[in-house]
Amino acid sequence: MSIQEFLQHLANGTSLGSLYALIAIGYTLVYGILRLINFAHGEIFMLGAYIAYYGIFFTPLPWWLVFILASVLTGLIGLLLEKIAYKPLRNSPRITILISAIGASFLFQNLGILIFSGRPKAFPAPAFLNGVLNIGGVSVGTISLIIPVVTIILLVLLTFIIQKTKTGMAMRALSKDYEAASLMGIDINKVISFTFFIGSFLAAVGGIMWGIKYLQLVPHMGVMPGLKCFIAAVIGGIGNITGAVIGGFILGLGEIMLIAFLPTLTGYRDAFAFILLILILLVKPTGLMGEKIAEKV
Amino acid sequence: MKRSLVLVLCTALIIGVLSGCAQTTSTSGGDSDVIKIGVFEPMTGANAAGGEMTVEGIELAHKKKGEVLGKKVELVIVDNKSDKVEAANAASKLIEQDKVVAIIGSYGSSLSMAAGDIVKNAQVPAVGCSPTNPLVTLNNDYYFRVCFIDPFQGTVMANYAFNNLGAKTAAIIQDVQNDYSVGLSKYFADAFKKLTGNENSILTTTSYNAGDQDFTAQLTSVKSLNPDVIFAPGNYGESALLIKQARDLGINAPFLGGDTWESPEFLSIGGEAVEGAAFSSHFTSEAPVTSVSDTFLSEYKEEFGQDANAFAALGYDAYMLVLDAIERAGSADSNAIRDAIAATSGFVGATGNITLDENGDAVKSAVINQVKDGKFVYLTTVEP
Repeated sequence: MSIQEFLQHLANGTSLGSLYALIAIGYTLVYGILRLINFAHGEIFMLGAYIAYYGIFFTPLPWWLVFILASVLTGLIGLLLEKIAYKPLRNSPRITILISAIGASFLFQNLGILIFSGRPKAFPAPAFLNGVLNIGGVSVGTISLIIPVVTIILLVLLTFIIQKTKTGMAMRALSKDYEAASLMGIDINKVISFTFFIGSFLAAVGGIMWGIKYLQLVPHMGVMPGLKCFIAAVIGGIGNITGAVIGGFILGLGEIMLIAFLPTLTGYRDAFAFILLILILLVKPTGLMGEKIAEKV
Repeated sequence: MKRSLVLVLCTALIIGVLSGCAQTTSTSGGDSDVIKIGVFEPMTGANAAGGEMTVEGIELAHKKKGEVLGKKVELVIVDNKSDKVEAANAASKLIEQDKVVAIIGSYGSSLSMAAGDIVKNAQVPAVGCSPTNPLVTLNNDYYFRVCFIDPFQGTVMANYAFNNLGAKTAAIIQDVQNDYSVGLSKYFADAFKKLTGNENSILTTTSYNAGDQDFTAQLTSVKSLNPDVIFAPGNYGESALLIKQARDLGINAPFLGGDTWESPEFLSIGGEAVEGAAFSSHFTSEAPVTSVSDTFLSEYKEEFGQDANAFAALGYDAYMLVLDAIERAGSADSNAIRDAIAATSGFVGATGNITLDENGDAVKSAVINQVKDGKFVYLTTVEP
């Protein structure tokens, strides 16, 4: 393998990894605060992409405004999902809420098929985002350069919100002890709603970026990225935002390098991700960045 | 707790209703004045466009000829969701619940093969519209098809690559989950090696999985080998995306593929990147082959306001062939229909004259299409 080819693989892997990282942030955020694995995250991601698609087609607004509005709208859908499917179950065993999340995921997928049709749609990405740059013989899509930047900005912003603001403090309190937090006068409903809004907003940003990069929208498009980003979040230590970003990059690079160096194993690409999940759970269940907390009984 | 249980059950119910819903045109059963023909096609999932196009053709034919032996024909259309397990379920449902006398479908060789044993054991004849893998009908007396098969299709494209494009080397990118893609790739490789007289003329055969969105790793490896052409048969969505990513990586070699590329999504997703991509197909509105082609084309245009595609034409032919067989059999008994279908000879369809060989395959000519200015353009016809 020539140096140039290796660099190309590296660029491909970074580009895929940064997208995984972006989606994994939302996943891990909701888990970190609520200890809930939101299995409908992939479907929220799908909705974000579709809303942006319809926004571009049916409104005269400029694309960037559509993207922002679509993300906000998707955030509100996530908030509503929590109110309808998770909130009534808040005091039930954790497994109940998990099942509800899986149900919501199927519901969204099938609604997607009914409303958007099962045939793929081509995402109307602005032309300049679809350009290609050639840096020393290595081709990189413009969008592949933008995604890591967006990921890092969101990472910094989110860390700031969680560490430095009052809402963030409430979120952290909530993640430590639910009841104590509410006794301290924290409006739990508001904080949880906010968490879901942010998580879903991030999923929508990921969905739109995915749409620009991979151009194809289908109602089940969220399933694989959803699973992959769950894995990324676990690798990094679920609940840890920086960990999710690192996990995303590891997974993206790992997948690409697997195919690059072991081309006969291309069919096992998804298997690789799941084997990685099993290994992490066996060797270091808390993930790379995860803190060791004793399980609350 | 009670409340949560209700909620979970409600969610489960909704999911069950939504995922289990089959599109049935009517629900009357056990009526002897009606002859039921089952249709199982992918209406959702990765092959949705192919299934929809085929069903359009079947429904058009049904509208035109809705009666046979003095009885009304009822179509029972079931979505097989582009999934092998669902395809088997769909075929079972048609046979056991709906009691159809014959089945039409499916787009996608893997989906048809999933139903193969089911139709064989139930002794209900099935006519595939566009599954091209030879294994669909092989050793199965109840599976037939109105299209050509992949050994021919692969040879057609290998010839095109060698003779028309002057290619000496090729790379293959196949979808390993897709029997159609793997089979066609193999036949292309065999034919291409024979033409070039060079065992090593296929520089690499690399794979992906249906549903993958990122092909950059495979393409980067292919690029370093610098092949003259790239043969990449697969689903229209993945293929369009693959070609787009190849062009972004600076690969300029022409892309060749098979009949599945013919769908509007291939053009809309691929955009400028798929310009020049060439593929074999069954039929084109630009080169009608029989008198039925002309009627079909005008009827289709009147109904849908656009030119017909190969899959609609094959759907139309499959339905007409089944009805013709029922007429020839003089009964709506599945085994009698099977024998009549097997004896089909010189049936004039929209896609050509259909004579089924001993395996139940049609021997027909292929057309080669190319993408030009965002449209499919007819290049040439290849006789078997």
